Amino acid sequence: MTETVTTAGDAPPKFPEPRTCPYDPPPGYVRMSERGPLHRVTLYDGSIGWLVARHAEARRLLADPRLSSDRTRPDFPVTTPRMGRMRTQAPAFIGLDPPRHGTLRRTVLSGFTVRRVRALRPDIERIYREFADRLAVRKPPVDLLPAYAQTAPTQVICLVLGVPYADREFFEEAGVRLALATDTEQSKQAGADLSRYLDGYLRTLEGRRSAWAGPGLLGKVAGQVTAGVLTHEDAVRTAMLVLLGGHEALASMIVLGTLTLLNHPAQLAALRADPAGYPAAVEELLRYLSIGDTIVRVAKSDVDIDGVVIRAGEGVVVPHAVVNRDGEAFPGPDALDVRRPARHHLAFGFGVHQCVGQNLARMEIEIALSTLFTRLPGIRLAVPAEELSLRHPWQVQGVNELPITW
Amino acid sequence: MHVTVDRGVCVGAGLCALAAPRVFDQDEEGLVLVLQPRPSGQDRDAATEAVSLCPSRAARVSET
Repeated sequence: MTETVTTAGDAPPKFPEPRTCPYDPPPGYVRMSERGPLHRVTLYDGSIGWLVARHAEARRLLADPRLSSDRTRPDFPVTTPRMGRMRTQAPAFIGLDPPRHGTLRRTVLSGFTVRRVRALRPDIERIYREFADRLAVRKPPVDLLPAYAQTAPTQVICLVLGVPYADREFFEEAGVRLALATDTEQSKQAGADLSRYLDGYLRTLEGRRSAWAGPGLLGKVAGQVTAGVLTHEDAVRTAMLVLLGGHEALASMIVLGTLTLLNHPAQLAALRADPAGYPAAVEELLRYLSIGDTIVRVAKSDVDIDGVVIRAGEGVVVPHAVVNRDGEAFPGPDALDVRRPARHHLAFGFGVHQCVGQNLARMEIEIALSTLFTRLPGIRLAVPAEELSLRHPWQVQGVNELPITW
Repeated sequence: MHVTVDRGVCVGAGLCALAAPRVFDQDEEGLVLVLQPRPSGQDRDAATEAVSLCPSRAARVSET
């Protein structure tokens, strides 16, 4: 026996663990993955749960209806301080189970179909070109997050939601405040400002007697309120989820994608020579960077995974970074290879909660990176990579700023 | 190969329409539609990939 035996009294390792490199999974998760698919961990609220460290088991468990996303359950684990604070609030559909989850999710699907996203492409390209043009005339160094990665996506989601043009600057400004740091007074205030805006705007639309009360998804959800499918509060929460769901994640993917390609100059040169390679590169960056490390479920009944039993009431966490570095699913998983087939990654999750905006995200990351590398041919980091500070393990993974020069 | 879908469990992720656009589509509301129930050649491989990617098992293939 060479395996370490945990003696009675030893608490399992704490979850989440910080990353030590912006794009590699935390070392403790990697060690777990080498030993097997399921591991005991101590969650933020002190409860003992399970960490899923392999791709095949993550797919099985995330698609298993015995695992619940219902954050109103008393046994739902609190894995971050933010979740603890939100316990008293009714969750948007991301925190609900079928059938209510499906009813709410279906009200926004029309904004994110492959065809709808493709139709938006010229507008999205124009938005990123305008932001890149404004960036290019500034005096470097510039932090790419507020100048590009946090702000251009806000304009795109305003387009999808149908936010009136006059109010889009407010959304952009509030979006930057929101992203400054999780749980600061400033970011909480920004969230409250956006929620209050959506509450008021949706009320003006809900009075209209039409299934389609206005432009974009806000018009759509307002129509669903008029039709009696959603309550006004459901509509506000759904709109907030659409607004925020991709906000921090997209910003992180754009800055980490930029950083990663700058660190792999031969692969970046290949993409510059042949931009047709970008869609595959985006899948590989989604896999390689896997910025969602805190996906959580609770078992509603006992679940047996090849002899390991997850008991009813136990929490299950699925750090995307480690399951997307599983050599069984991705040969040579720790190497970036922008030409590998990587679409089976779990960066958008799996099961009924898989990211509703994923096809918009794919297109935006592609456009954001290709526009930036075209508009700023000499782009490079303005500080040594080792000096970049990393997001807290409770947050969407990423860096706190990305100073660039060109 | 025969392609079937269950629109009742579809969650509108759109991976099928992305991976196999000649076999699958989405309606205006985002739910799966079958364009080609008996794909051949390259479309067979694409349909197989699409089915393996489907997060809710709404899309399936059988060999009959």
